[in-house]
Amino acid sequence: MTATSPRDLARPYFAAFASRFLQMLQYRTAALAGFATQCWWGGIKVMVFAAFYGHAATTDASNSMSLAQAITYTWLAQGLLVLLPWLGDPEVGQAVRTGAVAYDRLRPVDAYALWFARSAGWIAARVLPRVALMAAFAMVVLPLAGLGEWAWQLPAGVAAGLAFMLSAVLALLLSTSMVMLLNVAATAALNERGISAVATPVVIVLSGNLLPLAMLPDGWQTALLIQPLAGLMDIPARLYFGQLQGWQAVGGLGLQAFWIAVLVAFGHFAMGRTMRGLQVQGG
Amino acid sequence: MGSLPLFFRLVGASLGGQARYPASALMLTVGQFLGSGIEVVAVWALFHRFGDVQGWHIGEVALFYGLVNCMFALADALGRGFDVLGTEFLRTGAFDRLLLRPRSLALQLMGNDFRISRAGRLLQGLAVIVFATHQAAIAWTPATVAIALFAVAGGVALFLGILVLQGTLSFWTVESLEIANVLTYGGVQAAQYPLALYAQWFRRVLTFIVPLACVAYYPVLAILGKADPLGAPGWVGMVSPLAGFVFLAAAFGAWRFGLRHYASTGS
Repeated sequence: MTATSPRDLARPYFAAFASRFLQMLQYRTAALAGFATQCWWGGIKVMVFAAFYGHAATTDASNSMSLAQAITYTWLAQGLLVLLPWLGDPEVGQAVRTGAVAYDRLRPVDAYALWFARSAGWIAARVLPRVALMAAFAMVVLPLAGLGEWAWQLPAGVAAGLAFMLSAVLALLLSTSMVMLLNVAATAALNERGISAVATPVVIVLSGNLLPLAMLPDGWQTALLIQPLAGLMDIPARLYFGQLQGWQAVGGLGLQAFWIAVLVAFGHFAMGRTMRGLQVQGG
Repeated sequence: MGSLPLFFRLVGASLGGQARYPASALMLTVGQFLGSGIEVVAVWALFHRFGDVQGWHIGEVALFYGLVNCMFALADALGRGFDVLGTEFLRTGAFDRLLLRPRSLALQLMGNDFRISRAGRLLQGLAVIVFATHQAAIAWTPATVAIALFAVAGGVALFLGILVLQGTLSFWTVESLEIANVLTYGGVQAAQYPLALYAQWFRRVLTFIVPLACVAYYPVLAILGKADPLGAPGWVGMVSPLAGFVFLAAAFGAWRFGLRHYASTGS
């Protein structure tokens, strides 16, 4: 038996990621339509924030976050909207229905890792064009249109920017590990649409997409920060604003890594159980 | 059979079909209830942190919120056929079958798929109206109830008009474009806060182009007996919901224009 290098071992997974990524990049109209919706959505939120802050400017109620930060957070959240684990990768559900899942079972690779790589590619290809369009709109077009105070601001510094980038990659992995749980649910023939209909509102609130978590009541803050969904949006945003620095930043990234490890371990276990019970009909 | 009984028979058939899958219908309804309810969390959390905004209390804003959600829930249940026109009728060729029947197209499309799950949003909106009544001490007299019902009727017409326009667009695109979500879900989002909070250009859009303010903001001012901070006279709220019907009529005008350009995709 010849020893295979780590690079050879990882190759099928990179290939799976890349092919799904390139395939999803083809859907340009969907990205444009989503982008238009998100601009409108973000614009309304910004106006509502401006109204609330304008009224309470002198009180200390708002000092956990400035208006400029709330606005930047809003654009960031709109740009990263499709990073959230809404539903399983439709391709997995389809593979189970058509029986194509049998091919995946025959490949000499880890089935969980293969689907993980594909789902990560699926998410990344939807996020990147939208975040780029949103940045172009909210960072460049808005200031040029004379709406500078409604614009998306740059990160607090170079270190904050780098920490944010790292955290965003972890957020992608975290989201993928959650999408994998939905994929497994779809494979187990559970009512996947029903699950995601109920899970979606929870994800929107607890990730910070609805409102920055810092704006929810003060008594909930500790619980809000350590729950796994904060790592999807709120922790990256806090790093972006430089609110988490030094060891706190390491702690934030560590928390994301911890939840990824837990969810991957659980997903791997659940998928193994489901796959043993899976029956593929006909041919 | 008259048009109205036929419509109810179509709706009954659609509801009966969904009732065959009670678990699925229930879960989607709960999903709608929660999904449309999370905005309540946002409104509540903002008021909790900042207190009143420009003289508006949470109970008053809750009334906007509840009414707009009721309007959209009803229109969304009725207008589902227009919403999915591109993907489920035009692309498949099923639209030709509707054209062959000697009945109004709008009637057939509205009765096509009356979603049970929209009851989730409706219940959520009604619950918020109850909360608003409690918080803002709203007096439900025959006059205010009449204004509210008129506003809801105008609002249903307006949202239905938006869905009809979305369907009309798909005569050209042959798919159901997500872009209409800007006006449907985005419209709900915009109309659930008082118009006075927004920038002037946006207020004009919401009053004269997509008249959401006419079906939500002005009637609610009349119900609350509150003077408009922007200076519109008090009687405006009693007539402004008419704008929703005008919008629907205009949307059907565009629909007829689109229909003349319809060429079947084949089966």
